[in-house]
Amino acid sequence: MSSRKRAIVLAIGLLLLAAVPPVAALFNQPFYLDLFRRIMVFAIAAASLNLILGYGGMISFGHAAYLGVGGYAVGVLAHYGVYNGVLQWALAIGASALVALVIGAVSLRTSGVYFIMITLAFTQMLYYLGISIEEFGGDDGMRLASKSRFVGFVDLNDANAFYYLVLAILVLVLFLGHRLVNSRFGMVIRAARSNEARTRAIGFSPYPYRLAAFVIAGAVCGLAGALLVNHTDYLTPEFMNWTRSGELMFMVILGGMGSVAGPVLGAFALLLLEDLLSGWTQHWQLVLGPLLVLSVLFFRRGLAGVIFRKNE
Amino acid sequence: MNRNILEVRGLTKSFGALLASDNVELQVREGETHAIIGPNGAGKTTLIGQLAGELRPDRGEVRFAGEDITALSASERARKGLARSFQITSIYADFSALENVMLAVQAHAGHSFRFWRAAREERALRSAAQGVLEEVGLGARADTPGATLAHGEQRALEIAMALAGRPRLMLLDEPVAGMGAEETQRMIALLATLKGGKTIILVEHDMDVVFSLADRISVLVYGRIIASGTPAEIRANPEVRRAYLGEEVAA
Amino acid sequence: MNFVLVLEQTLNGLQLGVTLFLMAAGLTLVFGIMNLVNLAHGSFYMVGAYLATYFTQLTGSYLLGVVLGLAGTLAVGVAVEFVALRTLYEREHLDQVLATFGLILFFNELVAMVWGRAALYTSIPDYLSGHVDLLPGLRYPLYRLVIIAVGLAVAGLLWFVVARTRLGMLIRAGASNRAMVSALGVNIRLLYTIVFGFGAALAGLAGLMAGPIYVVQPGMGELILIEVLVVIVIGGIGSIRGALAGALIVGMVDTLGRAFLKPALATVLSPAAAQAAGPALASMLIYLLMAAVLAFKPQGLFPARL
Repeated sequence: MSSRKRAIVLAIGLLLLAAVPPVAALFNQPFYLDLFRRIMVFAIAAASLNLILGYGGMISFGHAAYLGVGGYAVGVLAHYGVYNGVLQWALAIGASALVALVIGAVSLRTSGVYFIMITLAFTQMLYYLGISIEEFGGDDGMRLASKSRFVGFVDLNDANAFYYLVLAILVLVLFLGHRLVNSRFGMVIRAARSNEARTRAIGFSPYPYRLAAFVIAGAVCGLAGALLVNHTDYLTPEFMNWTRSGELMFMVILGGMGSVAGPVLGAFALLLLEDLLSGWTQHWQLVLGPLLVLSVLFFRRGLAGVIFRKNE
Repeated sequence: MNRNILEVRGLTKSFGALLASDNVELQVREGETHAIIGPNGAGKTTLIGQLAGELRPDRGEVRFAGEDITALSASERARKGLARSFQITSIYADFSALENVMLAVQAHAGHSFRFWRAAREERALRSAAQGVLEEVGLGARADTPGATLAHGEQRALEIAMALAGRPRLMLLDEPVAGMGAEETQRMIALLATLKGGKTIILVEHDMDVVFSLADRISVLVYGRIIASGTPAEIRANPEVRRAYLGEEVAA
Repeated sequence: MNFVLVLEQTLNGLQLGVTLFLMAAGLTLVFGIMNLVNLAHGSFYMVGAYLATYFTQLTGSYLLGVVLGLAGTLAVGVAVEFVALRTLYEREHLDQVLATFGLILFFNELVAMVWGRAALYTSIPDYLSGHVDLLPGLRYPLYRLVIIAVGLAVAGLLWFVVARTRLGMLIRAGASNRAMVSALGVNIRLLYTIVFGFGAALAGLAGLMAGPIYVVQPGMGELILIEVLVVIVIGGIGSIRGALAGALIVGMVDTLGRAFLKPALATVLSPAAAQAAGPALASMLIYLLMAAVLAFKPQGLFPARL
């Protein structure tokens, strides 16, 4: 399927998403507004992971850490009475970028299994850090004092407005991501994944590029964290739970790595599936677990591969 | 034009008890085509690895255009003008031939921390890459994915990627590996067009290739260079005959 | 800070260390020989604890409970290897990570379904509870001493098996050249199953021993698994020697850090600052240690195979 057709399908998908609030209002089902908004936030997080995992081949098992950093940046500022959204979200992005820089600088010197384990370990470290700070509720977390305020721009307490803001950010992230992966920078990242020895032989040292990608991905995920905490109105270290990281990875893989729309599809597939299963039984993970295993064993091309008939 | 562009002194590398490079001495003159031959297990791969920067020698030094590059990584050496092709084809299978070469061009065309403009649309990169593809005879196959190219075409792409950065020295590791007779002749013709303008170090098994292209030959046996000289000198060298060439030195 | 307290915490660190070693040994063996990243290793830890508790209650005998628990964990390990993991040996690490992640979800939920989500009550038999007077003023729990002893004994046994027996030779050979060993007529599949089952049993042993000390509930495996990963990274993947060194180091640093960092900080900072920073820093200590080790030795301390 040509890239033009892909773009059209994606545009249709986004239009459908835009139609959710009025449709939900029509059928008086605010639950779906909430659900889709939540899924879109995770789609943003998954899209950020897609840059380093899908395109870069870096199996970072600690990406949920940045949801936490971003969320805590907003929550902590709110706790101390700073409600200015611009300030909060700037800190969320900046702090996440900084944390990503530090973690990436150490982790990217390793590769393979070491890299996976180290990224996982660092996330857990942040998780324990979050738990141990009693001031912010320890492992219970705490309520968000107030949603981020963007005076004169948008009121996040307005469910519809918040929804469209998230949608707009998702579209922006996808668009910027698309430009990024096709830029010179993106080509180097993709080349380093495809054939590292060859990439060195032509004159690129992958490390600085990968580190930059890691930071960018962390920053965008931090933004997703800021959105998430505003969505849940609650701040908890569980944002950074490593199972969250695993879920994000599944969204990228299920959606189809190395495609812009993939993570969006993956987020919808996984979270809708979870929603569906949890409606049937409280033991839905009993079903989800094996389903995930089977999907890895048999379904590696991912949904984007099926829908867009694209080679992996 | 007659100075040494590459000088290797006392290069030594062991892997545990195995001495793979034993005090290797090598001088390659600028502009010449210098072949390195030797029986299997002589340590050619280890030597290439140390020249390209993938392996660190235990002792010794490598000087490139007078500069000591022993401590430089592979990517740093490539940026200084030392290009290489791989014995086992190592291209970007999922990129097209053009994209493969564009990447190699890109590495030498300014920095790559550019995040917005599509690399594919950079006319300078495209035309330079297309030009290199024409040089190696792959002009018509520009949009073919690397994995779909025939074996001989992939080997040509290897050469193209080494050429793309306009290198001062090309390190070619068995360029005709796995090729049939006809493809080998084509590759010889291609490499012949590169001679003179570029300095080429050619590691090869195929004596046709070696004797038709090499200006000078060095013979590597058990990690040591046992002889270095013109093809005629090498053919006549008794040590070489004993160690390696044997019956194969027909006329 | 008195000497007795330090000694007591050192012993606790040793006990945590051998627990970590039992898990790390299995995980690193499986990785070194079969090149398989198995995140579900923590699930065997959990299964061991639950099965031992269950069988102890069922039979009324602790010893019997332990034996059956171990046997059960071994059986679960073999079953998992046979059903789910065989296909993963050839796949890339990403697939292995994701698939075993799915297994974690499955096992946690399975255990929750059968035994509930609340922590399970476990007890130590009378003959193992109680204290031992190691030194004047130092009374140390007998049970923890037993754990230390068992852990060290297993370490010795492992060394013996790997270095001195035919099975160990096959394991080492299989690690470096699968095809060759297979061509020599050795049943590689069986070897893998044995290694995997053994590793699972070790994890189960760690679980059933540590259960009464920490907590027995769904998800308990993942909490310790992360520490085990730190152990393996520090020690060097694929190396049992590394697993032991890493485990003891991590066990010590973590325990002593949690015990003494806050008081140590209190000598230089205000009590309030120490109260806030102490636990936070202590929880980060082993990760900082890991980062420090990696800065100098990116492959860990003893990266050589086994």
